[in-house]
Parts: sequence; C-alpha cells; structure tokens
Amino acid sequence: MAAPRDYEDIPGTYVYDAERGRVGYHLNMFCMSLNDAENRKAFKSDEAAYLERFPLTPEQKQAVLERDWLGMLRVGGNIYYTIKIAFCDGLTFQDVAGMMCSMPKEEYAKMMLQGGRIPTAENMSKSGAGK
Amino acid sequence: MARIVGGIACSHVPAIGAALDKGSSTNPYWTPYFNGTVPAREWLAKLAPDVAILIYNDHANALSLEMIPTFLLGTAASFPVADEGFGPRPVPTVYGHPKLAWHLVENLILDEFDMTIANEMPVDHGLTVPLSVTCGQVKEWPFKVIPLCVNVIQYPPPTGVRCFKLGQAIRRAVEDYPEDLRVVVYGTGGMSHQLQGERAGFVNSEFDTMFLDGIANDPAKLTKISHTQYMRESGSEGIEMVMWLAMRGALGDQVREAYRFYHVPTSNTASGLQCLEPGVST
Repeated sequence: MAAPRDYEDIPGTYVYDAERGRVGYHLNMFCMSLNDAENRKAFKSDEAAYLERFPLTPEQKQAVLERDWLGMLRVGGNIYYTIKIAFCDGLTFQDVAGMMCSMPKEEYAKMMLQGGRIPTAENMSKSGAGK
Repeated sequence: MARIVGGIACSHVPAIGAALDKGSSTNPYWTPYFNGTVPAREWLAKLAPDVAILIYNDHANALSLEMIPTFLLGTAASFPVADEGFGPRPVPTVYGHPKLAWHLVENLILDEFDMTIANEMPVDHGLTVPLSVTCGQVKEWPFKVIPLCVNVIQYPPPTGVRCFKLGQAIRRAVEDYPEDLRVVVYGTGGMSHQLQGERAGFVNSEFDTMFLDGIANDPAKLTKISHTQYMRESGSEGIEMVMWLAMRGALGDQVREAYRFYHVPTSNTASGLQCLEPGVST
C-alpha cells in the first residue's frame, strides 16, 4: 500500500518523504558532517573542494554554494540538516526562515511576534481541498 | 510496584534552551514565556518523581539519516549532552535508569512494539530543553531519565494512534515493574510550527487549543488526526505532536489537568506546556 502524497497540496511545504529521501541522502549527510568542527573549518576554507567529498548532483552543489535555502529543499534537502550550513555561516533558524519566505529579517520577526503566519485559504491548500 | 504519577507535554524549541544558557531568559522577549513555566516547575517538584520516561526526537545529532529507528529506547546509565554544532548545552549529564529501561525494552517488544535499543547515545535539545523548562537551571537533574526517541524527521513518523498505543504499553510495562518507583512521562515537541518552505512561521492557535483540550479530555479524538492534517493545520513540523499522544496513552483513561500554558512565539514556534495527573484506570 503506497501512502498517498496528498500533503503535496499544502502550499510552500517540502515534506521530507521517500521521494526526497531517495535523492537527498548525500546532500543531507554532507550537512551532517558539519557537526564536526574540523569539517566546518575545511568547508569554510574551500567550499567547492569540500563538496567534492560527497556524491552530490550539480544542482545540489549549486544550491549549497549559492545558499539557496529553498532550492536545497527542492533537491532533497531536509531542513534539520540544511540548517547546519546556516549555523556554520553564523545564521539563526529565524534568519533562514525569513529568507525562505522572502521576508526581510525584521518583518519576519514582527510577524512571529504578532502570532505567526496565521491560517488562510491560500496557505492551507493549493487546490482549495483544505478547509 | 512502579506507577505513573504524572504526564508532561512540553515544546522543545532550541531557542528556549539558548535563552537560559545565555542568560537572556529575563529579557522582555522571554519573560512572559518563562513566567508561564513556573507553576509547572512547582507542580513537578511536589510530585517528586524518581524516573522520567522522556519521549522526544533527535535532530540529526545522535542519529542521522544513516539509520532511522522509528522508536528507540536508551538503556545507558548515562547520556552525554550532544554537541549540536556549536558546543554542548551547559547542562548536567543525563543519568538513565538501566534496570527500568531494560524492563521496558523486554516488555514493549513482547507487547509487539519493536524498540531499537541504544546502549550509548548523546541527547540533544529535544530532551534537555523540556528538562530545563520543568526543572530549571540545576547542578544535577532531580531524577533519572529514560530517553525514548521517535522518528519525526524522515516522513512518515509513526501514526498518532500507534504512539497512543505505545503509551498504553508503557503504562502496562511500568505497572509490571516490581520496585516502588514514581514515574513521570514527558511528551515533547510542537505545538504548531513550520520551519521550512515559503510557509515558514505558520502558527495555528485554534488547532493548538483544540489539541490541548483533546489531551486533557478526549485523546481518542486526537488519534484520528492524519499526518496530512497535522502538516496542513499545525505546520509541517507540528506533526511532532504525535509524541504528546504517546505520553497521553501512558496516563490512563481519565486525567486531571493540573496546569496549562500556551505562548506564541518562542522563536518560530507556538509553545505549549501541560501537566497531567493520572486518574483511576477503568
């Protein structure tokens, strides 16, 4: 019994499921390697060379080098892993969250202080199938 | 006989731990949150548990995508605090309870819950933040902790109903343990939040209130929530709330809600904190 991927109907959401896990494994394991201080140093000193240690696709490498946070999710990145690149860059989760939804840092922080991104017809469903 | 004397639902947002560790918990941003946690801390201190079974998820620290156990139970005598990429949190080492942990392993597996067994494992903020929230900044944790780690990082996590039944099996196993021990069960994570995609920052207070009410009064209703419904209505990372159902399953049919606190925002997340006392099993 294959699970229905009806969650693909949720706007702006990249569920790390079997499809993404299958293509994203090495990308995420590269990110995992940044838990180690020596590796972080090696990555920062020559990012492209460090990435060669992992069997990544050209699209995955490009997304990492460009810090294209949404792009990384599209090529199999898992946010709990890709965030390790951000920590390595000295960014916070909220910095990256703001970049993923194209909001200036201050505007995103203000939205959260005011109760977060509240449910609307547009953000609940692409097809209108939500409530 | 060991018995379950309390249940705690608690968000495990890393920023909460960072606020305590860096001394910013009394600034205007954090004061309302930490003030709201005081009654839970007092309640837990009075309850004086010997052991906590703490249901949480690891965030690419002890575990990676290399191997992904759905349910994992820590049997070690101690668990070091993980370095999550910026040094370990300055909190005490977590001491386990190997005898009860192995009893749980045996009973749960024979009760058809196929636990992975961890004899060595660091623990990350998923486990230490709820301890900090409910015990405060202490030199040593006031009770032993058995980590029970649930996969919510690789879709699909176990279903809500499966987690609820695991909780029920934990209760049976605890009550079968011969030594007198006071046990509390933590369900951590949530509440509504989304950390990824163009929809990052999603919070749904209406869903969270419904969920808190359900934990107190009607968990059976909550076990019917599908994974897609969690992700749609509580954000993609809100699906962690299946871990609250595992805690709730361990508390028996009826509970008394001793305390509830809800706060938005803690960083990107709606935080919930709920204290439950078990009623009489029927």
